[in-house]
Amino acid sequence: MTAHATLDTPEGAKLLDSRFTVPGMRCAGCIAKIERGLAGIEGVDSARVNFSSKRVAVRHTDSLDEESLVDAIAAIGFEAQPVADNPLAKDDREVKLLLRALAVAGFGMMNIMLLSVSVWSGAGGVTRELFHWLSALIALPVVAYSGRPFFASAAMALRHRRTNMDVPISIGVLLATALSVYETFAGGGHAYFDSAVMLLFFLLAGRTLDATMRNKTRAGIGSLLSRMGKSAAVLDEGGNRRVVSAEDLEPGMLMLVAAGDALAADGDIEEGETALDNSMLTGESAPHPATVGDTIYAGAINLGNPVRVRVTAAASDTAIAEIARLMDEAGQSRSSYVRIADRASRLYAPAVHSLALMAFAGWMIAGAGWHQSLVIAIAVLIITCPCAMGLAVPAAQVVASGALAKKGLLVKDGSALERLSEVDVALFDKTGTLTLGEPVPQVDHLTGPQASIALALARTSRHPLSRGITKALEQCGVQAAKLADVREESGKGLTGLFEGARVALARPETGSANIATSLMIGGERTQILFEDPIRPDAAEALATLSEGGVSSSIVSGDFTGPVQAVAGSLGMDWKAELHPEDKLALLDRLKASGSRPLMVGDGINDGPALAAAHASIAPGGASDVSQQASDAVFLGSGLMPVALAVRVARKTMQIVRQNFAFAIIYNVFAVPLALAGLVTPLIAAIAMSLSSVVVVGNSLRLAKAAQ
Amino acid sequence: MTGLAFLIPIALGLGLLGLAAFFWAMRKGQFEDLDGAAQRILIDDEDDEQ
Repeated sequence: MTAHATLDTPEGAKLLDSRFTVPGMRCAGCIAKIERGLAGIEGVDSARVNFSSKRVAVRHTDSLDEESLVDAIAAIGFEAQPVADNPLAKDDREVKLLLRALAVAGFGMMNIMLLSVSVWSGAGGVTRELFHWLSALIALPVVAYSGRPFFASAAMALRHRRTNMDVPISIGVLLATALSVYETFAGGGHAYFDSAVMLLFFLLAGRTLDATMRNKTRAGIGSLLSRMGKSAAVLDEGGNRRVVSAEDLEPGMLMLVAAGDALAADGDIEEGETALDNSMLTGESAPHPATVGDTIYAGAINLGNPVRVRVTAAASDTAIAEIARLMDEAGQSRSSYVRIADRASRLYAPAVHSLALMAFAGWMIAGAGWHQSLVIAIAVLIITCPCAMGLAVPAAQVVASGALAKKGLLVKDGSALERLSEVDVALFDKTGTLTLGEPVPQVDHLTGPQASIALALARTSRHPLSRGITKALEQCGVQAAKLADVREESGKGLTGLFEGARVALARPETGSANIATSLMIGGERTQILFEDPIRPDAAEALATLSEGGVSSSIVSGDFTGPVQAVAGSLGMDWKAELHPEDKLALLDRLKASGSRPLMVGDGINDGPALAAAHASIAPGGASDVSQQASDAVFLGSGLMPVALAVRVARKTMQIVRQNFAFAIIYNVFAVPLALAGLVTPLIAAIAMSLSSVVVVGNSLRLAKAAQ
Repeated sequence: MTGLAFLIPIALGLGLLGLAAFFWAMRKGQFEDLDGAAQRILIDDEDDEQ
């Protein structure tokens, strides 16, 4: 049901596709509003919302550009940001490949099983031979197609002289298929086509679950990412204005930064006076005044007046790029983390292979002949093939991350869950992490008319303080007063006329420690103070963490006073006035002393620490870089998801270990049967599906873990 | 036994049909937006004509 606006486009008019992320859509009404609203605009051919990834794809003529479409979506009532060419396409392709392989394996499994059942129930002679031939006909292309993900990964591992889970899988599947083909040609009694294909099916199911989970959360996080300064308007000597992309900026250029623009390079202000939103860098959203001579940094957003900025550092020399480099280096240690499945397979694969080899040698020595010895060796490989093991980890992790997502925590991948389960120390940034990071005004002392005038003024502005006032007053159910001639003067405030009297929301005249604004009605002046409240459930979340043996402390770049105040009210240890390098050094000391630190932070100054920590979580309001560096992102105003994440991660690993234990017990019973030469294709098939069902069933218990 | 000559091709054919349908659905993007499909059912058609 796409809303289409049929357009009388002239023949040959070029239609362009643009994609936007619209994080604000939440319901069917939003879908309809966006699609219909866009379709009604001239030049738009069609608009299609993808609700899962919170994106809208717009097909339009070249008379419209991305900017005007963003404005159009804003007019409909949603904040939108253009996305470059689908960045998720690569991950998407991986999932699609796995899904196709899974479908093919499923088809093959069902049909071969159908034929196998009649062989098991006693079909003999020509019928059996015919069925074996048919099975071979189905199995060979299916194994060739569906086995590719495993073969490719196993080949890669072998080329680097390592083994992973895919090596025993590939060897088992290939040998079983080859032996069965031989049996078919020779007219023998047993063919293992069903086992080979069933193995592929179950393993692909695990693999697909894993990939889908990764994709889903990545899409969720991707939709939160905001726009960075990608280009700047530059004035050349002749006074001509041209747009230069961020990487082509050079020191000495003069940038024009309009209100609302993100800075694309570091520089000194040469002309103008404004307020900046530095939340990209510091995570603090309180606007920061800047005037001629001040150095301002790439990533900051200009909230006030247009300014002229002389570039001092551009592209890879900016402060933000320096932090990104620190993060890259810090992240190295994490990439060497070995996931539990791979750790298990390092022990498992050699054990299984030597067992099969020993079985072959043993039966040869016992004089069974090479054919029977080979059949037995392959039966050992098939029965020990880590079918349950392949499902043990992804099944548990997918269920757990689904449960966590419902509680507002998006975990990026399975490795993140494994590392989260191991943390024993938690470090919190203050602003935006322990606190909400947005200024909340104290409005209780305002009288009715004052409140309604304040609301009428504030709601016309996009300044963070105004937005805070609007939100707070609307929540109290205040009705806006009717004002005339409302104006916003950047850096000064808002003015208007109320029944002939001049009213204003302005910067207070006296400097004060807290952020404040004053409301003027006629000559009367009232202060509205702002504070950044601690997240409502912070104390509870910290208590839950310490119950689990995780001690928490604050590491903040903020001044000692405010940090001490927050730490005091929550009863935590604290360290203040830390630079990104200091946080990094602190983490390194902790790791050297054997701790596994969890870092929770939002600003880009936390980025290196987030990348270096054993595991890390960022709030949904954090800077892009922090969200990308962290293992998980939590949404909403509560801190509880952080504590929950650790608890659920631990429970998940407990289930994973149970699954492994089960797989081992299963092997203890099955391997002697195989070694004795008693495993027929029927027994292999039953054992394999039974163990998979048990493992998946055990993992499903995690669905309630987050409650 | 002669029944098999019909039944096996039919069984295989039906299976292949299902597989082909799944591939078609995937290529057409039927699984692109599962949450959206659940929401779209709630959109009223009436004001579509506006």
